[in-house]
Amino acid sequence: MTEEDPRAPVDARIDSPGREGLTGTAPATLYRKLRDAEDITLAPDGRPVAEQPAWRRDFPIDWPQDQYVERRDFMKFMVLVSLSLTVGQFWIAAQNWWRRRRGEPPITPVASISDLPIGGAMVFTYPGPSDDCLLVRPTANTFVAYAQKCTHLSCAVRPRASEGLIACPCHDGYFDLLSGRPVAGPPRRPLARIRLDVRGDQIYATGVETRTV
Amino acid sequence: MSDETTRRPFTRRQRMTVLSGMLAFVLMLVVLQLWLLIATMNAYLGGDQQVVWPAALGSTACFLLNAGLLRYLYFLDREHR
Repeated sequence: MTEEDPRAPVDARIDSPGREGLTGTAPATLYRKLRDAEDITLAPDGRPVAEQPAWRRDFPIDWPQDQYVERRDFMKFMVLVSLSLTVGQFWIAAQNWWRRRRGEPPITPVASISDLPIGGAMVFTYPGPSDDCLLVRPTANTFVAYAQKCTHLSCAVRPRASEGLIACPCHDGYFDLLSGRPVAGPPRRPLARIRLDVRGDQIYATGVETRTV
Repeated sequence: MSDETTRRPFTRRQRMTVLSGMLAFVLMLVVLQLWLLIATMNAYLGGDQQVVWPAALGSTACFLLNAGLLRYLYFLDREHR
């Protein structure tokens, strides 16, 4: 054994040169740091991390680095979610712009008074041919009309004039017949109200009024 | 303090701490954006047009903050390599 061999026997005394602070019999050089403490992942080819391919850096072996990579990827995903939420906001803004551009719907006759008995109801479409609405006559001189879509999940609502309610059969949502406001169940917004105008024997729809409360 | 000391890249433990802090901030902003989107959708369906554009601008600001933090994360990684 040569003198440079770290496994060579050393002076067993505590403070002898080469083994200060050690309690064993091996020299300090045997325990010298072989790699940087950061560089824990040892690739099979022995090259440093910076020289490894990207896939090996993305799938580390040791847990601390794996946790770092996982959190980093999670943060990237969250920023992607943030982008999609922003896109959603602009989609709403574009829809809003389009709705304003369309303007008010036209005035349209929907029924004659004689067609609707007191306590009766009928369905009509307004403003478009696929927009079903509900016209109800709770008393002799009162007419109310609402969009037939429930504000919860767009099921078709049904009138219960004798109880003063409009009911959604899908999830037991209830609206007040005279105001269209939700009174029970999951809906939180009132039904869209159709503005009516009675001229002689004819009832006209003159607009749609959506509300948040 | 010398230049060499100030330029020393973060250790992995330090980077992990920085990343956790940034992630917490990003999560908070995403939750805020989600709330903004739901509130705006409710207002839009209810016919309220006042909040649509301010909410869109607020959400954009949140996204830009998040993107800035992500850029800094890439910088941290590049510095480490």
